[in-house]
Amino acid sequence: MKYTEDHEWMSLDGDIVTVGITDHAQEQLGDIVFIELPEVGTQVTKGDEVVVIESVKAASDIVAPLDGEVVEVNEAIVDTPGNVNEDAEGDAWFFRVKIEDTSQLDEYMDEDAYKDLIA
Amino acid sequence: MEDLKKTPLHALHLDLGARMVPFAGYEMPVQYPLGVMKEHLHTRAAAGLFDVSHMGQVLLDGSQAAAELEALVPQSLLGLEEGRQRYAFFTHANGGILDDLMVANRGDHLFLVVNAACKVSDVAHLRRNMALSEVIPVTDRALLALQGPAAEAALGRIVPVAEMRFMDVSVQESDYGELWISRSGYTGEDGFEVSVHEAQAEAFARALLEMEEVEPIGLGARDSLRLEAGLCLYGHDIDTTTDPVQAALTWAIQKVRRPSGSRSGGYPGDAVIGPKLAAAEIDPDDTRRVGLVPEGRAPMREGVQLFETEDARTPIGRVTSGAPGPTVGHPVAMGYVPVRLSLTGTQIWGEVRGKRLPARVAPMPFVPPTYKR
Repeated sequence: MKYTEDHEWMSLDGDIVTVGITDHAQEQLGDIVFIELPEVGTQVTKGDEVVVIESVKAASDIVAPLDGEVVEVNEAIVDTPGNVNEDAEGDAWFFRVKIEDTSQLDEYMDEDAYKDLIA
Repeated sequence: MEDLKKTPLHALHLDLGARMVPFAGYEMPVQYPLGVMKEHLHTRAAAGLFDVSHMGQVLLDGSQAAAELEALVPQSLLGLEEGRQRYAFFTHANGGILDDLMVANRGDHLFLVVNAACKVSDVAHLRRNMALSEVIPVTDRALLALQGPAAEAALGRIVPVAEMRFMDVSVQESDYGELWISRSGYTGEDGFEVSVHEAQAEAFARALLEMEEVEPIGLGARDSLRLEAGLCLYGHDIDTTTDPVQAALTWAIQKVRRPSGSRSGGYPGDAVIGPKLAAAEIDPDDTRRVGLVPEGRAPMREGVQLFETEDARTPIGRVTSGAPGPTVGHPVAMGYVPVRLSLTGTQIWGEVRGKRLPARVAPMPFVPPTYKR
């Protein structure tokens, strides 16, 4: 598992990376009521705003942490955005990207470094 | 947050685990561990306790106070009975609104509650214009709101309040000293606002919070509750650029102060507001504050530009407040549109993150009020 400073988590399986937000992020956002996900097939570049999250309080963007192609999105969280508050680092992942260069993940934090960041 | 002022309940908020934010020069609780959504729903289901001590409390003393205040607002205050409270607004010479407030007649004086961000300028405005009255800011009292269907039962364990009706005010002795009580609030629910001396404020708040029905509620839920209730937030939904007719607040202007009333006009901006109140035909190009229900699930928040059609180039208005509506289960908003587009059911478009999304003009409040009239 790798982590970004924007409180996203990434888990690599072959050349597919699953992306979600951390439990810390969902706690900061509060009750999530609306999520807009990218379309499957979208080519994303690191830094692109790909997801919109609306909580009761405010809207926030999630940026693509990696270059790649979106191959799957989690429709379940669009139907029930509150799932992200329940299980942010489990079933409530956001999208999956297929990447060509897995070394892109190297620059990101491991779990210990991320825990230090939010401590 | 060192430069921020603290209310008498500051230590209590920290003790309760509140997340504190700067608001109108004060460090205030935006939410407690329950979270905005549950705090909102709890208030509508039982009772929520809000710290609104940042708001300005002002006494107006003198036999001419009501008459002098009538020269600053388009409301009837000479007609306000003892023991009653009324919603009012200070108007500007251009017809705009300087602040909105509550005015209570407490027999030999008036008691005002004004917005936190405006209280310094409000007091200066009162002093400049009320030569015969004494303007006394109350700085040693906290102000709490207890709102929701269980508010009467909860507060009733401390002082008898069951006989009070919506907008009644009373001063009562209690274990927490003298309480200044009004049966009012800003959530659309039945409830009370209570002014208590700062020395007894925390004990009073804790006594209420110990009750089964009562949870502490932060500013986050206060905002979504008042939006569902269709109530204006000063500086957002109303300001010096919106007159009371545009703001759809003419219900708060009593007949006696309208054109052909016996105390017609005589307040700042009457030359702008009066003719609009008297007009036989409404100018279709004037603007109107309306309720809006976005058709999808994406909230349209403050600042969202509104358009007449999906591809129109020029905006016809903007959203001034918008959020998910926890009680109604869909997003709600209010904003300004031209009168010709202000009828209930009219479809307009809001631009959210570059996309035009449909919304319909809807009646307010979005939830039926439960005031005890």
